[in-house]
Amino acid sequence: MSTAAEAARARARPASRGVWLRRSPVGRLVKKVPFWLLIAVIFVYALFPFYWAVRSAFTPASELFNTPVQYFPSHPTLANFRDALSTDFFRRALLNSTIVAGSVTLISLLIGSLAAYALGRFRFRGRSAVLYLMLSMTIFPQIAILGALYTMISDFHLYNRLGALILTYLIFTLPFTVWVLTSFMRDLPGDLEEAAYVDGATPIQVFYKVLLPLIAPALVTTGLLAFIAAWNEYLYAVSFIQTPQKYTVPLAITSFVGKSGQAFQVPWGSIMAATVIVTLPLIAATLILQRRILAGLTAGAVKG
Amino acid sequence: MSSVATPAPVPRRRRRTKLHSRQARLAWLLLLPALAAVSFVAIYPLGKTIYESFTNQEFLAGITPTKWVGLHNYRVLFHDTFFRNSVIETVKFTGITVVFEFALGLIIALVVNSSFKGRGLMRAVMLVPWAIPTVVAAKMWQWMLDDTFGVVNDLGVRTHILSHSRAWISDPSTSLASVCAVDIWKTTPFVALLLLAGLQVIPRDLYEAADVDGASKLQQFWRITLPLLRPAILVTLIFRTLDALRVFDVFYVFFGQRPDTQTMAIYNQSTIVGDGHVGYGAAISVAIFLIISLFVVIYVTFMRVTEE
Repeated sequence: MSTAAEAARARARPASRGVWLRRSPVGRLVKKVPFWLLIAVIFVYALFPFYWAVRSAFTPASELFNTPVQYFPSHPTLANFRDALSTDFFRRALLNSTIVAGSVTLISLLIGSLAAYALGRFRFRGRSAVLYLMLSMTIFPQIAILGALYTMISDFHLYNRLGALILTYLIFTLPFTVWVLTSFMRDLPGDLEEAAYVDGATPIQVFYKVLLPLIAPALVTTGLLAFIAAWNEYLYAVSFIQTPQKYTVPLAITSFVGKSGQAFQVPWGSIMAATVIVTLPLIAATLILQRRILAGLTAGAVKG
Repeated sequence: MSSVATPAPVPRRRRRTKLHSRQARLAWLLLLPALAAVSFVAIYPLGKTIYESFTNQEFLAGITPTKWVGLHNYRVLFHDTFFRNSVIETVKFTGITVVFEFALGLIIALVVNSSFKGRGLMRAVMLVPWAIPTVVAAKMWQWMLDDTFGVVNDLGVRTHILSHSRAWISDPSTSLASVCAVDIWKTTPFVALLLLAGLQVIPRDLYEAADVDGASKLQQFWRITLPLLRPAILVTLIFRTLDALRVFDVFYVFFGQRPDTQTMAIYNQSTIVGDGHVGYGAAISVAIFLIISLFVVIYVTFMRVTEE
């Protein structure tokens, strides 16, 4: 009997505080507080700068350049958005960036999916050499070839043309596209492909009738990443583009100047409105992309 | 792990059938456009850059005829204090941002890895800074750090952390910290997502076994989490370091070409595009390429050493 009592005491010993924290509902709540506090801090840290841009975009200039700083606009206005969108080079930049990023993405997906088909579904000598080449290209520093590209572009009469950007952006979008699509291609199950071959399909038919639909989600994801990279690029844009009509979005964002009457004042309201306009689509697309990644890639196709 | 029996080596049969060579030919045909594009926009320019670094080429070629100058550019570069300062500035930036991004990223990854309501939302929120273009992020922070109307000064003064407003960006003592703040904000969540992916492949039963053995949470972190996370950590560190070493956008938006805050990439860009010194700029490019390669070699060697 005494042994049982001893065991009970021994069990009760490990600090009653710990037991209380684990057992009682209040205790469990208290224990969770630092955790949720940490979550809240991360949440605010990640979103506050974007909130601040939105807040500044809706704040009229009279309040924006006034102290003390207001944390919520008391007279929200759309004037800044009107200002930004009526700025000629900004409107052009939205169009230019769409053209550049769109073309680069399409070209990369087209060329890249063909290459990924070869690298992911065929066995041949030199396959791993090509894969290593593509991988090393993805960490290639763009600055390292700026000089050579600068002279090439002027030789081809592409200076200050969007074509210069479409061409040079392939450096970072294409190897990346090939690399990612290859890994998706390789992971596809072989049975559908074999069935198609048995039915007498040619490799090209297998590619666009069987494999391409299967990796469609991967194409969307990869394409979106390539699009974002091209949309955000700054180094080549600032080096190869000169006139405001050819500006891309990053160039335009850095080029807002105050109106003639208030030239000394940086028009932060319009700039923040412009930043909100160019980032909202990206954020929306990224949130969709996140779901894409989570969704199983081949599950539906093989089972269905 | 290594207990899996290796299959006996099968003598390679001669199966160079027609089908196989046809397959190979088709594969190269499919690869052709990609290889042509990569050669044209990356490999050829790289060769051209190396060649140009041994010449005195100017962008406006009429002024001085281009000729071979041997190692002259590299000798000049070795004594170029602007370049040396840009290397120091870049390495400082890299050190600060990589350390902070890794430490904060690891904490965030560990927090988000525990299951709680709203984890999906949290992961989505973490992608927001990553999706914002660097130039745009730099502009947002430039406004937040404004010396008179900036929210950072306002918050600092309100909470009495700051005694008075500061000119964060133009003050040389805080300018580096302010660019680092932008980069850390923009990249930490992404680092966290990479580490989170690494955390999620660690088998749960390891922790259960450790619980049974009475290991504390801290012991579990040092003995299970950290060793098993090592591959993810190294990949993350390599990619972040390479990225930080070629930093351009944030510095360019904040300081333009202010000489005391130039990075390697900005000095290189302004030499080529601003001054038109293509030959000398090419030598700087090659030097940057070598410096970045040096970091890769250091990491890979370190990885090999610690693996044994």
